[in-house]
Amino acid sequence: MSHLATKLIAWIDERFPLISTWKEHLSEYYAPRNFNFWYFFGGLALLVLVIQFVSGIFLTMNYKPDAAQAFASVEYIMRDVQGGWVLRYIHSTGASMFFVVIYLHMFRSLMYGSYRKPRELLWIIGMVIYLALMAEAFMGYLLPWGQMSYWGAQVIVNLFSSVPYIGHDLAILIRGDYVVSDSTLNRFFALHVIAVPLLLIGIVFLHIVALHAVGSNNPDGIEIKKHKDANGHPLDGIPFFPYMVVKDAVATVVFLIVFCSIIFFAPEINGYFLEANNFVPGNPMKTPEHIAPVWYFTPYYAILRAIPPLFGSQFPGVVAMGVATMIFFALPWLDRGRVKSIRYRGPIYKTFLAAFVVSFIGLGWLGLLPSTPTYTVIARVLSVVYFAFFFLMPWYTKIDKCKPEPDRVTST
Amino acid sequence: MTDNVDHSKRRMLTIATAAAGGVAAVGMAIPFVMSLNPSERAKAAGAPVEVDISTMEPGAILSVEWQGKPVWVVRRTKEMLDLLAKHDDDLTDPASLVQQQPDYCSNATRSIKPEFLVVLGICTHLGCSPSFRPEAAPADLGANWAGGWFCPCHGSRFDLAARVYKGVPAPTNLIIPPHKYLSDTRLLIGDDGKEGANA
Repeated sequence: MSHLATKLIAWIDERFPLISTWKEHLSEYYAPRNFNFWYFFGGLALLVLVIQFVSGIFLTMNYKPDAAQAFASVEYIMRDVQGGWVLRYIHSTGASMFFVVIYLHMFRSLMYGSYRKPRELLWIIGMVIYLALMAEAFMGYLLPWGQMSYWGAQVIVNLFSSVPYIGHDLAILIRGDYVVSDSTLNRFFALHVIAVPLLLIGIVFLHIVALHAVGSNNPDGIEIKKHKDANGHPLDGIPFFPYMVVKDAVATVVFLIVFCSIIFFAPEINGYFLEANNFVPGNPMKTPEHIAPVWYFTPYYAILRAIPPLFGSQFPGVVAMGVATMIFFALPWLDRGRVKSIRYRGPIYKTFLAAFVVSFIGLGWLGLLPSTPTYTVIARVLSVVYFAFFFLMPWYTKIDKCKPEPDRVTST
Repeated sequence: MTDNVDHSKRRMLTIATAAAGGVAAVGMAIPFVMSLNPSERAKAAGAPVEVDISTMEPGAILSVEWQGKPVWVVRRTKEMLDLLAKHDDDLTDPASLVQQQPDYCSNATRSIKPEFLVVLGICTHLGCSPSFRPEAAPADLGANWAGGWFCPCHGSRFDLAARVYKGVPAPTNLIIPPHKYLSDTRLLIGDDGKEGANA
């Protein structure tokens, strides 16, 4: 490094904790050496966040948050703005890919017990990010003002009106009108481009701070901090910079190949990323023949539909759907297993986790389809499986026959 | 110096300051929350609408916008009206006991004049707008279908008096908005001269 650059860094370091921050979070932040590909998705989630921020900012420059102009302004972006279609498809693909990455990231935590002590708070902050992301995606989906935008928002906002006593007024307060209208679009726009993104930056920052305080878990589910060398560095850890950064760079390249393939060859993914009905302008007077949320909400939506109304109110279904999302928060305290990682768990946990994955994907699939009596029965069975995974967890993780954990991480 | 600190006075002042700040914060929140409510313009859009029903054929449906929501006017045929009494057992609330209609429509046909049904076209489940399926026993709805509405969102079914069938997600019958006849061929929806304009 040249003399001048050294002096500049020294000048900054006297006024800002530059070198110590670099060391603490990158060059001397030790990550377990036995990471496998499941550990790509945290970094990729950060990448998608940046992609969504950049593409979103540029879309805002041409989008009009006005019920009379919104749909046309999106078509204007698609047809007349130079490069506009790429920006729009980047943003719409990014939304779905965000959930792909986040669901894999969360599943990784389920497999390796990454939510267990001492990472409970890390997990809870992560869940808050997930909820914020769902709010962000839901409000963003209204903005193109297509038929699906409109009726999807109508259905979800009406979930709140099923709350006893205050529901009706609460729904009006959310919409700012008696139906989803221009005022709803305007406020969702404000929340989608300002409030929730600001919140997301804050909680993602907290997520990383919490992660770096407790250190990463690993596929063996054991603490690498137990064995340290003479310098106090974990024996089974390697510095995040440059080693993990290089690893993540490879993942980024592969991810971007997939991402770009979708943008350029199949941006709608046959209606799963962008629904056909959303290319029809929103019409408050006519509901499309079949409405379904975008795929990442469908597991919860299927649970909502599976619960029959009780006492002349469909609030129980809404509660079930709410519990289905919120129950993840309790995970660190539901799990009584002696070991963290699936590698050393017994057959019972593995069976339950497999059943949970089947129920989640099955419910997701059913949520996309129109409801029929047969599908409703299947959805009810899968909902029971979904909740059994959580509510029976204190019992089955305790009786499960675990294998002994190794003392040091197993090499990969 | 520290010896002379009056701790109870300091605590009292801290609490008083925090309380005053809290009251100010709540006060400041009021205009923010108020701005989320429907504006005066949105409220004005809820004014009653007039409908001309003179040109409606028997069996026809007319959709009009009131408060931004669809309101249907259906001119029911004699056969349609005859079918209404025949499937009470399949309905959740055949006698319309739940207050989803003004008193003058708490009857077998849920209408002022049996021939004309005026109903809010919003599913009582989650607010979709059900599809009008007047034909009897179509292939997709089954042999027992006696005509009515089918909600494409979650499969709720309603008969031609907008009463909900059993075993579907919607908990109650569709809402009948307040309305009155200005003459034999003109309807006023949203105002019946008795209750408030808002249903």
